[in-house]
Amino acid sequence: MARIGVFVCHCGLNIAGTVDVKRVVAEVGKLPDVAHAEDYIFMCSDPGQLMVQARIREMGLQGLVMANCSPTLHEKTFRRAAEVAGLNPYLVEVANIREAAAWPHQKQPEEATRKAIAIIASTVEKVKQNISLHTIKVPVTKSVMVIGGGVAGIQAALDCADAGLQVHLVERRSSIGGVMASLSETFPTLDCPQCILTPKMTQAGKHDRIRIHAYSEVEEVTGFVGNFKAKVRHKATYIDWKKCTGCGVCMTVCPTKKIPSEYDSGMADRTAAYIPFPQAVPNRAVIDAEHCLYLTKGKCGICAKKCPAGAIHYQDNASVEELEVGAIIAATGLEVMGTEEFGEYGAGSIPDVVTGLQFERLLAPSGPTKGKVLRPSDGKEPKEVAFLQCIGSRDPENYNAYCSKVCCMYTGKQAMLYKHAVHDGQAYVFYIDIRSDGKGYEEFIQRAMEEERVLYLRGKVSKVFQDGDRVVVWAVDTLTQRWVELRVDMVVLATASRPSKGVKELAQKLRIATDEHGWLKEAHLKLQPVETLTAGIYIAGAAQFVKDITDTVAQASGAAAKAIALLSKDFLERAPLIACVDQDLCVGCGNCERFCAYGAIAVDPVTGKAAVNEGLCEGCGGCAAHCPSGAATLTNYGKKQVFDMITALLSEGAVQG
Amino acid sequence: MTTETREGKGSGDESFEPVIVGFFCNWCTASAADLAGTSRLQYPPNVRPVRVMCTGSVDTSFVLRALLEGADGVLVGGCHPGDCHYVTGNYRARRRLAVVGKTLESLGLEPERFRFEWISASEGAKFAEVVTEFTEKVKQMGPSPLREM
Repeated sequence: MARIGVFVCHCGLNIAGTVDVKRVVAEVGKLPDVAHAEDYIFMCSDPGQLMVQARIREMGLQGLVMANCSPTLHEKTFRRAAEVAGLNPYLVEVANIREAAAWPHQKQPEEATRKAIAIIASTVEKVKQNISLHTIKVPVTKSVMVIGGGVAGIQAALDCADAGLQVHLVERRSSIGGVMASLSETFPTLDCPQCILTPKMTQAGKHDRIRIHAYSEVEEVTGFVGNFKAKVRHKATYIDWKKCTGCGVCMTVCPTKKIPSEYDSGMADRTAAYIPFPQAVPNRAVIDAEHCLYLTKGKCGICAKKCPAGAIHYQDNASVEELEVGAIIAATGLEVMGTEEFGEYGAGSIPDVVTGLQFERLLAPSGPTKGKVLRPSDGKEPKEVAFLQCIGSRDPENYNAYCSKVCCMYTGKQAMLYKHAVHDGQAYVFYIDIRSDGKGYEEFIQRAMEEERVLYLRGKVSKVFQDGDRVVVWAVDTLTQRWVELRVDMVVLATASRPSKGVKELAQKLRIATDEHGWLKEAHLKLQPVETLTAGIYIAGAAQFVKDITDTVAQASGAAAKAIALLSKDFLERAPLIACVDQDLCVGCGNCERFCAYGAIAVDPVTGKAAVNEGLCEGCGGCAAHCPSGAATLTNYGKKQVFDMITALLSEGAVQG
Repeated sequence: MTTETREGKGSGDESFEPVIVGFFCNWCTASAADLAGTSRLQYPPNVRPVRVMCTGSVDTSFVLRALLEGADGVLVGGCHPGDCHYVTGNYRARRRLAVVGKTLESLGLEPERFRFEWISASEGAKFAEVVTEFTEKVKQMGPSPLREM
C-alpha cells in the first residue's frame, strides 16, 4: 500500500469559506492509501511548505496530493519543495479545489465540499500509480537559423553572433534589408535607412559568425529544440556568386529592361540580370529566369559575353543544403497591400493613385526620381496631394479588422517630407483616428500639423476618380459634418500591412501556429511574445504583427536573447512526461506513427516495434489513445490510472447518496 | 428498457442530481475552467473534472468506463479547431469520439449523454454555460440506466 500525504489548503477564506476543509481532511484521511491528511491556512507560504517537507521526512510519504489552487499556479512550487525533502517531484500532483470547486459553487457549500473530496480522491488514485521520473537531458547545437533578412532578422542575427553563436541568416531575395531598405526616411527622427540600416547590413555581411543564405528559402525543418535540421534551398541565381564582383556590367548590357522593380515597388524598372539596389548585401547579381531572353528563348547571352568575371552560368545552379541548428528565429516580416486590391479608390486604374510604399520611393533620394516628388502620369510636380489612411485597415467588412499601426505615423512623415520637397504644395490627410503612441510620435504629428501645415480631415473617403488631369476625392469631414470634394494632383493610399507571402507554409514547416490573419502566433500575447508553442522557435519583428522599426528591433533583440539563453547550456532539460511503448505488447501496426504530429514515435524497421524519440515527444498522449494493443502509454497517465481516477470520482462520499 | 420509462424517470424526479465526468484538455478547456472559477462564475457542481493533456488522448474507453461506473453524462472539452496545442490532437479526438454516440445507442443509452465541445482558454463564460446547459439536459434525461446495473 502506498503512503500518500494529502494537504488541504484553506487559501485564507478562498477555499475554506465555501469548502468544509475539516470534513475534507477527515473524509480523505479514510482513503486506504492516505497515510496522512492535514490542512493549513496558506500551504504555498514558507511555513506551509516547511510543514509539507517535515511530514514527508517524518512519515516517509511516498506521494503527495496538494489540494489547493490550479496546478498552473503552484504545481511547480510544491514539486520543488518535495524534491528538497527527497521526494521525486513527479510523485506530487495538484487537486484543484479552488478554481474547480470553492469558487464556482460559492452558494452550494455542501456540493462544493463533496466535489472537492471527489477531486482529491481521484488525484490520490493518480499519484498512487505515478512513477518517479527524471528530466531528460538533450545535447544542443550551438547555432541559430534566422529566417528573414529584414531589420528584425539582421538585428537578431547580429545579437546571436555577437554572443558567440553561429548564425545562418536565410533571405529569399538576393539581398538582405527587407522593407526598411526601401523607405525614404524613418519617423520620428527622419533618419534615412541608408544611414542607419546599411551599416548593420554590412556588419552582418562581414561578421565571422554570420553566414547569409541570400536568394534561399527554407524547404523543410525536422528535429526538435536544440537539434533542428533545416533544409535550405539556394535558388538558382544563374550567376556564380563566387566569381561575381557586383560590378553591375550585366545590368547595363541586359536588353530586357522593363521589369517592374520589387525594390522600387514598381515605381522604376529593372533589368533581367540585376542587383536589387546599390547597397545590396551580398552585392551580387542574379538573373531573373522568368524574363531573361536567354533562359526563356535561348537568344541573347550578351551578359555572358560582357561579364568581366566570367560569372554568368546559365545552367540551373540551385542546390539544397542541410543545416544543423539549435534554435530558429522566424523574422519574416510584413508586406504592404498593393494598389491592385483597392479599385474603389481608383487604385490600379488611375496612375496618380499610389500606395504609401510607392510614395516612399518618390521621396527617397536613392529612388527613381532622386527624391523629387513627380507624379507617375506626366512627371509633373504635384501641388496638392491627398493622403488616405486606413485603406484596408480597421475595415472588417471588406478587408482587415485590425489597425495596421504604422500608417498614421508614416503618413504624417510622408506629408511632412512632401512639404519639404514641394514648398508651395498642400498635403491633406484623411483619417479615422490618429494613433501616435510611441516615444516622440505625438510631437511628430503635431509638428506635421502645426509647423508643416498639413491639413488633417477626419473622415473616410467614399470615392476617388479621375477628372481631366486631376484626381477627385469625395469624402465627409466628420468633425464639421460637411461633404468634402477635393481636386488634387495625386493620392497616396496608406494600405494595410499583412503577413508576408508564404508565411503560412513556413509556419507549417516549423510546426508553429498562425492567427486568423496569418500572423505568426506567439506563445502568450503578453508574457511570451517572442516564444512560440514549439520549443526552440522564436518570432522577431513584424512576423508576429505589424510593428514599427523601434519595436521590431527591440523584439528581435528579445528573440535573440531567448535563443542565446537556450543555447547557453551544453544540455537542455525536458520534462519527462512523454509517451513510452511496452515492447512486449507492441505489434508494430504503426497507428501511433500515423497519429503523431511531431514524428516522435515510429516503428523500428529492425525490431518491428514502435519506439519514442525522447527529444521530439511533446507528451500529448494521442498515441496511447490510438494504440489498439495498449502498448503505447503516456507516462503517469496510464489507462488504468485514468480508469481508477474515474472510479474515485464516482465513488460513495463523492456522489450524492 | 424503453425511451418512455427513462423519460418518465427524469421528469418525475425533480430532486435528481446527475453526476457528469468531464475530460478537459490542459491547454484550453481546463484553463477555461480555471478562468470561470477565477471570475467567480457560478455553475452547477455536477461535473467532476479530469485534466488530460489533450483531447487526443481521450480514449473511447475513458468515456464508456465513466458511464459504466455510473456517470449520467460525459463532457469532453478541448481547443477549437486549428488551435490544438499539439497541432492536430483535437481533430483526431473528434474523429475518434464520433463513434461514442453510436456506441451509446447500441447500449440503450441516449447519445446526448455524451458531448464534445470546443472551449478555448479565454472562454470561461462559455465553459460555465456549457456545464450549466449540459447538466440541465442530463437532468431532464434522468439517471443513467446503467447506474442500477
